Amino acid sequence: MMSFVLLAEQVLNGLQFGVMLFLMAAGLTLIFGVMGLINLAHGSLYMLGAFAAASVAAATGSFLLALLAALVAAALAGAVVEMAIIRRLYDRDHLDQVLATFALILIFSEGTRWAFGSFPLYLDIPPALAGPVRLPGGIDYPLYRLALIGAGLLIALGLDLMINHTRIGIRIRAGENDREMTAALGIDISRLYTLIFALGAALAGLAGALVGAIQSVQVGMGEPVLILAFVVIVIGGIGSIRGAFLGALLVGLTDTLGGIFLPEALKLVTDPASAKAVGASLASMAIYILMGAILIWRPTGLFGSRA
Amino acid sequence: MKLGRFLMTAAFAAMAGAAGAEVKVGMITTLSGGGAGLGIDVRDGFLLAIQQSGRSDIELVVEDDQQKPEIAVQLADKMVQSDHVDLMTGIIWSNLAMAVVPSVTAQEMFYLSPNAGPSALAGAGCSKFYFNVAWQNDALHEAAGAYANGAGYANAFILAPNYPAGKDALTGFKRTFTGKLAGEIYTELGQTDYAAEIAQIRASGADSVYFFLPGGMGISFLKQYADSGVGLPLVGPAFSFDQNILQAVGDAALGVVNTSQWSKDLDNDANKAFVASFQEAYGRLPSLYASQGFDTANLMLSALAKAEPSDKAAFQAALEAADFASTRGKFAFGPNHHPVQDIYARRVVKEGDIYTNETVGTVLTDHGDAYAADCKM
Amino acid sequence: MSREGLVNLAVVLSVVLLPFAAHVMGETYWVTLATRAAILALAGVGLNIALGQGGLVSLGHAVFFGIGGYSMGILAYHAQTYTPLVESLGLPGTNLMPLIWLVAATIAALAALLIGALSLRTSGVYFIMITLAFGQMFYFFALSWPTYGGEDGLSIYVRNRFPGMNTLVPIQFYWIVVAVLLLALLFSDRLERSSFGLALAAARQVPARVEAVGLDPQRLKLVAFVLSAAVTGLAGALFADLNRFVSPTMFSWHTSGEIMVFVIIGGVGRLMGPVVGAVVFVLLEYLLGGISEYWQIAFGILLLLIVLFARGGLIGLIAGRGKAHG
Repeated sequence: MMSFVLLAEQVLNGLQFGVMLFLMAAGLTLIFGVMGLINLAHGSLYMLGAFAAASVAAATGSFLLALLAALVAAALAGAVVEMAIIRRLYDRDHLDQVLATFALILIFSEGTRWAFGSFPLYLDIPPALAGPVRLPGGIDYPLYRLALIGAGLLIALGLDLMINHTRIGIRIRAGENDREMTAALGIDISRLYTLIFALGAALAGLAGALVGAIQSVQVGMGEPVLILAFVVIVIGGIGSIRGAFLGALLVGLTDTLGGIFLPEALKLVTDPASAKAVGASLASMAIYILMGAILIWRPTGLFGSRA
Repeated sequence: MKLGRFLMTAAFAAMAGAAGAEVKVGMITTLSGGGAGLGIDVRDGFLLAIQQSGRSDIELVVEDDQQKPEIAVQLADKMVQSDHVDLMTGIIWSNLAMAVVPSVTAQEMFYLSPNAGPSALAGAGCSKFYFNVAWQNDALHEAAGAYANGAGYANAFILAPNYPAGKDALTGFKRTFTGKLAGEIYTELGQTDYAAEIAQIRASGADSVYFFLPGGMGISFLKQYADSGVGLPLVGPAFSFDQNILQAVGDAALGVVNTSQWSKDLDNDANKAFVASFQEAYGRLPSLYASQGFDTANLMLSALAKAEPSDKAAFQAALEAADFASTRGKFAFGPNHHPVQDIYARRVVKEGDIYTNETVGTVLTDHGDAYAADCKM
Repeated sequence: MSREGLVNLAVVLSVVLLPFAAHVMGETYWVTLATRAAILALAGVGLNIALGQGGLVSLGHAVFFGIGGYSMGILAYHAQTYTPLVESLGLPGTNLMPLIWLVAATIAALAALLIGALSLRTSGVYFIMITLAFGQMFYFFALSWPTYGGEDGLSIYVRNRFPGMNTLVPIQFYWIVVAVLLLALLFSDRLERSSFGLALAAARQVPARVEAVGLDPQRLKLVAFVLSAAVTGLAGALFADLNRFVSPTMFSWHTSGEIMVFVIIGGVGRLMGPVVGAVVFVLLEYLLGGISEYWQIAFGILLLLIVLFARGGLIGLIAGRGKAHG
């Protein structure tokens, strides 16, 4: 039987995965909500953040500077790409957007490989956050992952405050609702769009750097996360930050716990060997099944209003 | 139309020394995407050997398979139908080898594998035209099981990705390991977060962990494992500890024991010369894969010195003799054209700023593979 | 004949004549490349039914391509090993191409019915993301499903049979592929002109009007999606036969992206768009790939330029913007 400690640890893992997914999904959903743009190259900005962080950490040895570099590099890249290419796509159909951002993935991925070489880069967690801590209930849990959960929750809270209680937030919400109205209010639409795109990019870059410290910093690292982020915002409802948050936690928990419990559950009905194999196959499909179920129930996602 | 291709071929011909090629070698390997590092090392090792041979009549056609089996099959067709190569080599991944090798050898073309060694090609699916110069896939895992016995581990937790090579890996380990298993899990291919698995390891009561997670998966696992504070001894095959990956793992890999048929400190003349010249030519330490590319080229050169590839029987005999100075010291082929060789245990150390491996001992001596008996040529 | 008509005729003639010339000149590899282009074109013709005629931006067509591939792989594997496909029924595999095609198209269509019924509850960007996510689901399933090779894929050592032809001879296999491609083009053309096609076009542009005459626009789109998947599934079976090999890569979302890429390069909604696009894609891959290992950067830039500045695709550039886009 599964002990309480193991279960609690897995729930924490699912949460940590979920909040990092949220950082990716928040940018995607914001960009779609305001500009109506589907951005496949969002994963490339995640990768860019990780590479920027790894380079700066190698040069300076400072993790904080590395995070800052990730934020700046991704935001800058986002702003440049938005001004050069993306803004030509706002009034195009989704098909053109998909194609153009697919082309951007090719350029970013192979461009990064050209600039940084084909081998993974080194990025480690800062010494102050290294190693496990003992939580109440006797759970040994890596401090860095706790910090990730904390950072993710703080950013989620900050985003929510920003959108609901600041001037920029009012503009963003105005942009979501009515483009002409926003322009009539004297808001510079194209600057607002660049800003939002850069903000989304920065969040993705930050996620890349934070996660890069415990994973492999390599070309293509953004793509699996991108697709999961899509699942998240489809579940949450496109355009909704709160939906993205809930969706991210659901996906994070389902993916983590499914991998543990499905093989265990199958052991009750079949022999251990095939339970292991079938369970692993099913676990990799669990979040898509979750997505399908939610769509049958609510076709526009949990918090979605528009289709 | 073919200018680019011509330039590339010409460049390699020039590197090899001159024009007027008499032997044409087709190399299909991975040069782009996440797995490019392995292909680049194999290619560089191979080129170095040809350069050192001073032979001006060998032309190498290199193509990038993008780690996609469909592309590899297409390139193999091209090399046979359009380039008219005399023999082929280069494939890194088992799934690509399974897609390409059977049809290439069915056309009586020699294929020398510098990396992949799937069991299907070692047993009933063996061929007189197929030679594996690296290892049968199971070999390093079998050595790891043997090492774990010697180190006194009695209760191991083992994990590998849920795909055929992952299953072969755990099968190989279990073939030699005599202790109990505290747990056995298959992870997702390409998985980047191992928190859930590490939690299971912590709760399992194991005394050691064996893992096979090639490429980026291994980097992620090692970093997360080191940070988790679980602290049980790790054993793995060399694939997660090659020269290029170690730099990305850093301190998290220090002290970990891994099994390999090659190490840069192996004490033989061929190896010393290889390591020095590779470093001089490319400005980096050679990896396991580079040594395999280098050995593959030298095997080929030794056979070319005795026979033409068009004389099938004579060339096959010349390859079987394995009459070359391997960077591994002794090297011979078993009856199924797979290596019979020593497998070593290495430990990750830091030399100056560079993470690398030092040999700690020989685990298996003159080790063949479990499939040779099924091979009928 | 309109300019697009002339272009179409020229495309058909080159598709038939150029590979034949290569064959006569002994350039066998060009025949193989042409076969690859024709099969990818067929997959594109399939996608174009959903994309061009139905306005459905599916980023999950790799599912049907992969299903076609695995239908061939599994049937041929059982035929080759003389093992029954379904043990309890004693149902055997087969290596007969027409039968394999039938199975491939049918299973792809059934999968499309299921995926479509679910995905078409939504539209726009939801539809794109959901089809993408379903694609990933199949990809992961194929990777971790051990029975037919998992990640290693499945090799079929001998190409399947077609009565009266020697499929192992590249040019003969090419003729089979081209015949299927031309039939599919004919089908796609007829479909567009049929009353169903007209209703579908209306459902894409002004759904309200279709509803007003008592038709269900969602149902029309679902039928288009299913037909589209059947053609792409057929292409998958042929692709597997070309390579004599199937692997989960066929299911990967890059495959979906690539099929979409050459439909766009050629021209969305244009009859010959997928053919031109696939030929250009295969040529670029071959030529650029020979120049540099970083060829995908150049390819990405080219693609970007086409999307931004050549909106009717290559056919649109040559034949003028005869038809509305999307």
